[in-house]
Amino acid sequence: MSNPQQLRYSKEHEWLSAADDGVSTVGITEHAANALGDVVFVQLPEVGDSVSAGETCGELESTKSVSDLYSPVSGEVTEVNEDVVNDPSLVNSAPFEGGWLFKVRVTDEPGDLLSADEYTAFSAG
Amino acid sequence: MSSTPLRHTALDALHRSLGATMTDFAGWDMPLRYGSERDEHNAVRTRAGLFDLSHMGEITVTGPQAAALLDYALVGNIGGVKPGRARYTMICRADGGILDDLIVYRLAEAEAPEYMVVANASNAQVVLDALAERSAGFDAEVRDDRDAYALIAVQGPQSPAILKSLTDADLDGLKYYAGLPGTVAGVPALIARTGYTGEDGFELFVKPEHAVELWQALTKAGEGAGLVPCGLSCRDTLRLEAGMPLYGHELSTSLTPFDAGLGRVVKFEKDGDFVGREALREAAARAEQNPPRVLVGLVAEGRRVPRAGYAVVAGGEVIGEVTSGAPSPTLGKPIAMAYVDAAHAAPGTPGVGVDIRGSHEPYEVVALPFYKRQK
Repeated sequence: MSNPQQLRYSKEHEWLSAADDGVSTVGITEHAANALGDVVFVQLPEVGDSVSAGETCGELESTKSVSDLYSPVSGEVTEVNEDVVNDPSLVNSAPFEGGWLFKVRVTDEPGDLLSADEYTAFSAG
Repeated sequence: MSSTPLRHTALDALHRSLGATMTDFAGWDMPLRYGSERDEHNAVRTRAGLFDLSHMGEITVTGPQAAALLDYALVGNIGGVKPGRARYTMICRADGGILDDLIVYRLAEAEAPEYMVVANASNAQVVLDALAERSAGFDAEVRDDRDAYALIAVQGPQSPAILKSLTDADLDGLKYYAGLPGTVAGVPALIARTGYTGEDGFELFVKPEHAVELWQALTKAGEGAGLVPCGLSCRDTLRLEAGMPLYGHELSTSLTPFDAGLGRVVKFEKDGDFVGREALREAAARAEQNPPRVLVGLVAEGRRVPRAGYAVVAGGEVIGEVTSGAPSPTLGKPIAMAYVDAAHAAPGTPGVGVDIRGSHEPYEVVALPFYKRQK
């Protein structure tokens, strides 16, 4: 599977887009989506919520398990993907596109986000 | 993590070539799913699915007193099983606790009686040890046949048609819970009409060296019928929809069959003593006077999934515990099996919820099973 070059990645398997007017989009990677299996429920933060890098801000439920969703950055949530709330299978079918999770106005980000190549190596190991 | 290396079935290389996600299950490296577990589940409900179940534990019991031994060792009336038929039963401890649930096949009569006991993978050694110990004084032999068989299941409404194209065996004459020796795709097999999915289907016990050949023949025969390989993940949602208990979830040594709502498997009327008889008598009387928690179905109104161990609540009180839960592909809602206090067990009991990580989500109490196939 290929991880888009223009994104950056956390070790908790979230991806983060480059900021557009200070706002970045967050999703989970294809690797994570495959590991979860069919995602059947997502609980996302609400618009206006403050999220903190490395802390939980929601959950992803699949057939067999429930996983915490971590925010890769700190900031304020500006938008959540209602499509994925209504159809969680988008996380599996289009993790880097229609299956994005939320947008965040970034105030701080940790220095340890990975490049696509670094993440590919990390998730393979 | 266990330091014991995982065991592999005869189909291991094939699973990997099919891109299966593998998982450690009872010490075996087994396919969890090949693609989407929901698609696999739906294939079994509407067409057909192919399972590798070679991790199940086969134990052969032979000899003049094979039936007498099994009647003593198990809670069912095994002497009453006719040749070619199978029975669901349990093996209990002296205190009545369930050691395992089993299917016992009485193989077609040759000379001496021969039974095949199929135990859950996680309990196979326990069952083998218990049977060996309980065989003292009986003219019967208990044989560990776990390595003698691979087990392939074809389940789903298309399974009879698929199998028919590969065998001359009389499948129409083969009833549910029956088995007959035959040849499938040129491979000698015990063909059993059993399964764990709630669908019509077959389980094929073959020599491990024939497993790949049989799997490939079934795959080819099922191409036009929409047969797909299926992993343990959808096996679990299929059996949950069908309301079938799973050892370690609905059944355990801390429950007697009466506590599990399965007292009917205990046959007090059979001849002779059997292990657990006295304790099970008491358990039956206890259950009569003071109903134990009842195994019920729960259907979610929302979308959050109950998991094993979550508390069932009503009016702020804990009234039970979830034993298995999953999103049901067939119902399109999360479902669960749970033991709840008898006062809250009636279908439609209002105000029942499941504590899902601190939030009390509303659930409807329903009778099991959630799903019953149309015959």
